[in-house]
Amino acid sequence: MYDELRELGFTVITVAIDQSAEDARPWIEAAHPTHPSLIDTTHVLADLYNIVNVPTILWIDARGRIVRPNDVAFGTDTFKHITGLPAATHLAALRAWVRGETTALPEARIRALQSLPTDDDQQARAEFGLGEWLFNQGRTEAAARHFAKAGELAPHDFTIRRGTMPMRGIDPMGREFREMLGAWVKAGNPYYRPLAE
Amino acid sequence: MAGTKFTVIDGGRAAEVDEVEGAAVAKRARASGRPVAVDLDERAAYLGVSAAERAKALASLEAPDFTLPDLDGRRHSLSEHRGKKVLLVAYASW
Repeated sequence: MYDELRELGFTVITVAIDQSAEDARPWIEAAHPTHPSLIDTTHVLADLYNIVNVPTILWIDARGRIVRPNDVAFGTDTFKHITGLPAATHLAALRAWVRGETTALPEARIRALQSLPTDDDQQARAEFGLGEWLFNQGRTEAAARHFAKAGELAPHDFTIRRGTMPMRGIDPMGREFREMLGAWVKAGNPYYRPLAE
Repeated sequence: MAGTKFTVIDGGRAAEVDEVEGAAVAKRARASGRPVAVDLDERAAYLGVSAAERAKALASLEAPDFTLPDLDGRRHSLSEHRGKKVLLVAYASW
């Protein structure tokens, strides 16, 4: 898909929000990407774009403007049986936009879809930042305290709550994650939602 | 406790300062509306960016620029791709 569209003035930039480059390495090497594949160990991108879960995609036009804010899309159907989100929906919309057959979303719609960070969200990111620094100093227990505090401040932020599980010795696919997800969904909150139109 | 070292992480960079100075920096940052995470036992503080500043940038619809490394440590910026349509994908191994 990327190779087909890049001649039309298009690029993909992937960013792995991971604890270390080594966590992301097998994924990147398996994909043999020809586009920039970046690593974000300190949640720089999450902070700038208010990213609270993965995968999150955004469309940015040639002028550097956000034309599709934070949305959920998968590149393949690997997780379709769990998420109910077919990859083809996003790929068809993306292809039409890149080819210039459609515009992205109207500005009013972009604004309505945007979720802007609150004070608690940013305090949570500061707690995460301190925890991440402490973790890298070998201060694992102190780090875990700040990760926990961050999760309490921003319970919807799975980039923090789930993303820090490996640094707290918790399996991010395991029981704690399933319980966290179960409670979240049971409270009436969406975990993944279909591509915005 | 003058003379005891304190780490202030600001803009993602850690700097060692005197503990008294560290406390003053954290207080000033908080007074200016920035989120500050402090650990007195570990003698460290992290200064974040305010919700108002982040929200203002996002609401402008101007995509915030960033610079991040690839696997080889080579740094890339979003702004290098101006003139192209960009699909930005955040994912994780977890």
